[in-house]
Amino acid sequence: MNRGGLLPLVLFGVLVAFLAVGLTRNPREVPSPLIGKHAPLFVAPVLHAPSTSLSAQDMRGKVWLLNVWASWCVACQQEHPLLMEFAKRKRLPLVGLDYKDKREEALLWLTRHGNPYDVVVVDSDGRIGIDFGVYGVPETFLIDADGRVRFKHIGPLTPEVLRDRLLPLIKVLQP
Amino acid sequence: MKFWIVFWLTWHMVLGAQAAQAPELAEDPMLERRLLGISDELRCLVCQNESLAGSRADLALDLRREIRSLIRSGKSDTEILAFMVERYGDFVRYRPPFTPVTWLLWLGPFVLLVGGAGVLVHLARSSPSSTDPPVLDGAQRARVRALLDDTESAP
Repeated sequence: MNRGGLLPLVLFGVLVAFLAVGLTRNPREVPSPLIGKHAPLFVAPVLHAPSTSLSAQDMRGKVWLLNVWASWCVACQQEHPLLMEFAKRKRLPLVGLDYKDKREEALLWLTRHGNPYDVVVVDSDGRIGIDFGVYGVPETFLIDADGRVRFKHIGPLTPEVLRDRLLPLIKVLQP
Repeated sequence: MKFWIVFWLTWHMVLGAQAAQAPELAEDPMLERRLLGISDELRCLVCQNESLAGSRADLALDLRREIRSLIRSGKSDTEILAFMVERYGDFVRYRPPFTPVTWLLWLGPFVLLVGGAGVLVHLARSSPSSTDPPVLDGAQRARVRALLDDTESAP
């Protein structure tokens, strides 16, 4: 066998390996530069009591989940049952960020589908979303007691992500 | 007459199409020019192969509005780009920055081109005899002629 003829095969093998790895990844996913950094310090009005507000500072000392959602977001309905399940376990505070939504429609949506959130805050112009690097709803952030973003999931939460990525991390942060 | 009706309708369509742009441009041409320059360098994260300048996505509108307010507050182009990268990461830069992480992306095609050319040259050099036609002696020539006659007479 011609030794030189083996080289193109090897190179081809390398290309195939790259392709195989590449195909398992999602090209549309934009990794968050916020991981490990402090979450943006927001102050936002509470949906159910607009005269009051919640700030990121209020959550210091707690490990919590921030779920960005909206009544107009169809994909949010996909993860909703999972969030309801998760909320029942009372493992962590779950804060909802109502993103670029109308108050009446958000309230209606929660009444109709159920409210898994401990508190819902309103981001009507999307300004808070920009600070969090939100580009597609729903998005979920895990924030530690120090106020740092430890994990971000883009798209609806799935049982696999919850089980394999989120819960182990939560166990580490809050034993 | 039909021509003029169509003309009149088209004329109004064209005007109507431009009306949507007018409010943005009317504000401040200098600001708009800077906005265009900056958003040309940013990616629309919804339609990821488009720049922020041309995209009509909701998020693009929000981000352009944000950039306008940053420009008004006196931030420089560099500061505004940094603002975006801080929140969305390097991918928000429409042209990937030239850092060690992206060297392969920028230089890869050229490396492959040079490498491929090198392989070609090497192959061409190592087999010079392939270009010279083989020299036949008398007996081989007679055999060739016989074979050719054979095939030519076949149906």
